[in-house]
Amino acid sequence: MMWAIVLLPLLGALIAWLVPDNRRRSFVLPAFGLAHLAMTVSLLICTPPPSPGGWIHLDALGKLTLLSNSILFAVCAAYAVGYLNYRRKRPNRVLCVALLVCLSAMTLVTISQHLGLLWIALEMTTITMAPLIYFNHNARSIEATWKYLLICSVGIAIALLGLFFLAYSTIVAQLDVTLLLGSLITDAGRLHAGWRHAAFIFLLVGFGSKMGLAPLHTWKPDAYGEAPGLVGALLAGGLVNCALLALLRVYQIAAASTEGALFQEVLLVMGLISMAFAAVFMARQSDFKRMLAYSSVEHVGIIAVALGLGRAALFGALLHMINNALTKGVLFLSSGNMHRAYNSKSTQFVRGALRRTPWSGALFLAAFLAITGSPPFGPFVSEFLIVSSAFVQQNYWTGALFLIFLALIFIGMASTVLPVVLGKMPKDIEKTPYRDTVHTVLPPLVLMGLVLMLGLWIPEPLQALLHEAAGLLGGSK
Amino acid sequence: MNSLADQLLVLCLLLNFAVLGTSRLAFSVRAVALQGVILGVLPALIHPFSWHLVLIVVSIILAKGALIPILIMRAIRKAEIQREFEPFIGYIPSLVLGALFTSLAFIFAARLPLAPEHEGLLFVPASIATLMCGFLVLMGRRKAISQVIGYLLMENGIFVFGLLLAGAMPLMVEAGALLDLLVGVFVMGIVINHISREFSTLDTSRLSALREE
Repeated sequence: MMWAIVLLPLLGALIAWLVPDNRRRSFVLPAFGLAHLAMTVSLLICTPPPSPGGWIHLDALGKLTLLSNSILFAVCAAYAVGYLNYRRKRPNRVLCVALLVCLSAMTLVTISQHLGLLWIALEMTTITMAPLIYFNHNARSIEATWKYLLICSVGIAIALLGLFFLAYSTIVAQLDVTLLLGSLITDAGRLHAGWRHAAFIFLLVGFGSKMGLAPLHTWKPDAYGEAPGLVGALLAGGLVNCALLALLRVYQIAAASTEGALFQEVLLVMGLISMAFAAVFMARQSDFKRMLAYSSVEHVGIIAVALGLGRAALFGALLHMINNALTKGVLFLSSGNMHRAYNSKSTQFVRGALRRTPWSGALFLAAFLAITGSPPFGPFVSEFLIVSSAFVQQNYWTGALFLIFLALIFIGMASTVLPVVLGKMPKDIEKTPYRDTVHTVLPPLVLMGLVLMLGLWIPEPLQALLHEAAGLLGGSK
Repeated sequence: MNSLADQLLVLCLLLNFAVLGTSRLAFSVRAVALQGVILGVLPALIHPFSWHLVLIVVSIILAKGALIPILIMRAIRKAEIQREFEPFIGYIPSLVLGALFTSLAFIFAARLPLAPEHEGLLFVPASIATLMCGFLVLMGRRKAISQVIGYLLMENGIFVFGLLLAGAMPLMVEAGALLDLLVGVFVMGIVINHISREFSTLDTSRLSALREE
């Protein structure tokens, strides 16, 4: 059953490869996306026991990531049918195959308990995303792809060295060499301190650059800006969460050793730096898709701050991980629609989207309010939990900086989003065939509904799962 | 056996300098490939014989010594360039920095104790120094192919360290890591091909349309 959920998207990729027709091929995506979602739900309800050897197991952290990835992918896949219909001339075989292979790799990340296997899957997601960013085949997208590929490959290579260090620390400590998460957590205190310390640094830099924590985020604006909307959604919601899960695995080991406090401090500082970077660069962005990249830097920063705070903030961090993924999905899909409608993503030309594309414009506006932490949406709840935890812990500086950055980011983002959505539509806009239709509006609308729901009411099973996952990170209460 | 392993590691370090000091791309690729072959031979010298080990030796030599160099050589031929041109960091400064990084790597390594069975071997400094030299090439050169060579040098550095674990790691992990590397280089080769068609040059400093002003 566990392997089936990894193999299912690969089967889909094979079918997508074999279907000769561009139009019909796009239907393979939602078929397998929804099947994957159904399988995910059934796995969450009755989870099989760990595989013999303990390599494969779906624990609470994995469940959360798998659930948010699967929902996001299913929605993006449904959207892809409408999107690819507008881009009929462009061959989409590579796009469909790469998307499904990427889904398979993302799934493997969530279920692997062996850090080596997790690394392989994570590297696979990096590589399969490259052709997706390059979908538009122009000079700008190739620049973005090259930057992304190089920075992420180097980052993930450094993480591999970190893993080797971790494995070697077991040898030096005269233990059985292993990269199984369970045994590393049990023996965390007995690992050789020097090697363990070096390993944590390398792993943080490696996974941090893949997540896009400042100052390792430089690839993000280009990749997010040039990739098609649905790829941007998967990068900002799916890949970020996979890298975050890898970081959480390291966090688990660090928390079990004596170095937990130091690791948390580093995360806290990196998180605040990320938020500061986002606050500075968010203002006066002339490209609304690039702006979303800085929003992504901000939100991985928020999650890092929450992980740094620990304790009650961990629940908030995990909830925010889901909220951020779903809201980013709405933002990227609706901005993709606006990009199609105006054939531009510069704020100079894209104005008054509420009149040109009423649904996409409204969704973009609502998602902007949600992502900047306005009630009654999901991110408000998680950000409130995090900041209140900072004040409860009497970490006033962190709490204050956190609030100041949030305010600055709200202003910066509003100065771009409001003219785009509400401004006066230019008279001489390019005529494009794009109109808001059910195919391109319903998927982000569903996501927006989920974001709203998470702000008002968190279902009982999800709450239990979040508590269990926070417990795994050492934050029982 | 151990002294032979050390001599090979020194050769690895010298090859770093060969890459740092040359502008000829084909020569750099051969140097990195030779390093890959050395990497393949090393585990046979420090670990006792097993079939697991044989598989590792063969697959490393095949991937790093043959397949990857062939992929890059093909990219070089297609793009019709032979030399790096006006690097950001010149060849002499590169060599000086390389020497500096290598000595720093030795200092760093002195702080991390090896397991008793690996006592006195140069694996850690060789690994870190190769990693840093790769990083230097990656940052200091303009051509996309040079940057890939830098990335491969980094990967070699990481593998040097990984060899200490060669006997102990599950085969699947090592094979997976090699496969990922192979696919990654393959994708990079395709992207390079597109860069040279799009810009009719492989100069990545031309890739600046997205720079933040």
